[in-house]
Amino acid sequence: MLIVLKMNSVGEDCTDLKREYDQCFNRWFAEKFLKEDRSGDPCTEMFKKYQHCVQKAIKEKNIPIDGVEFMGPNKEKPDS
Amino acid sequence: MVKYFACVGHLKSSWDQVCIAFWERYPNPYSNHVLTEDIIFRDVTPGNCLVSRRLLTKTNRAPRWMEKYLPVTMARHAYIIEDSIVDPQNRTMTTLTWNISHARMMSVEERCEYRINPDNTSWTEINREAWISSNIYGLSRAIQEFGLARFKTSVTKTMKGFEYVLAKMQGDTPSRTLAEHAAERARETALVAKEKAKGLASQAHKKQQYV
Repeated sequence: MLIVLKMNSVGEDCTDLKREYDQCFNRWFAEKFLKEDRSGDPCTEMFKKYQHCVQKAIKEKNIPIDGVEFMGPNKEKPDS
Repeated sequence: MVKYFACVGHLKSSWDQVCIAFWERYPNPYSNHVLTEDIIFRDVTPGNCLVSRRLLTKTNRAPRWMEKYLPVTMARHAYIIEDSIVDPQNRTMTTLTWNISHARMMSVEERCEYRINPDNTSWTEINREAWISSNIYGLSRAIQEFGLARFKTSVTKTMKGFEYVLAKMQGDTPSRTLAEHAAERARETALVAKEKAKGLASQAHKKQQYV
């Protein structure tokens, strides 16, 4: 039985690019970013390739990601 | 009308470990309803904060009574966005998660603050708030109640998922074995297939009614 221990991308063709990028990011995040080492991000090329693929898949699937600003929805919220 | 919910949780791991786990939390034995995961935006601000946007697709399971009111063609998958800011200088992480599909039916927004536990600096405290609302005439209260109940269940799953991933990172044997994980995944796949079949059957039935 095949046990999948990694997530897939929403773009079926992007999964390999995603996993490659994630691996690079996780290492940079733990070893550099959290230690406040600003010596540069080794994952930018991988990220570009991955983004090119996944943004295309998002458009093709009509996933409504556009028009929401970062942290957008959390404006004044009433307490119930 | 909006239902508001707030709670505080703790993870017995350092803030650093929790942040690392945050990016590696899927898949885990409690997340079989999460089908895909993608980073769709990421940047480091001039103040050295990491800002990211993650897109998730999840199975969209509604109780029977709600399914009756869903259009037959309604997507069986839900899309969720999670924005996050990691501040390594202040040792805080803020996340905002909300659904971008089915939002009129039910909108769930969750905001979390992860910080070093003030009582035990080797632990992490999570302050969680949620806002649940529905705009369906006549059903909004029932839907909100359902949404709140499901949200509370999902918080438990989230924390268990975190604990599982953190234990694995630290080299401990997780309490849930790989075999159980695989079995749960198989069950989840069967459920999705069953729902697909139900959806198709229902569609065919509806077509017949209008012939």
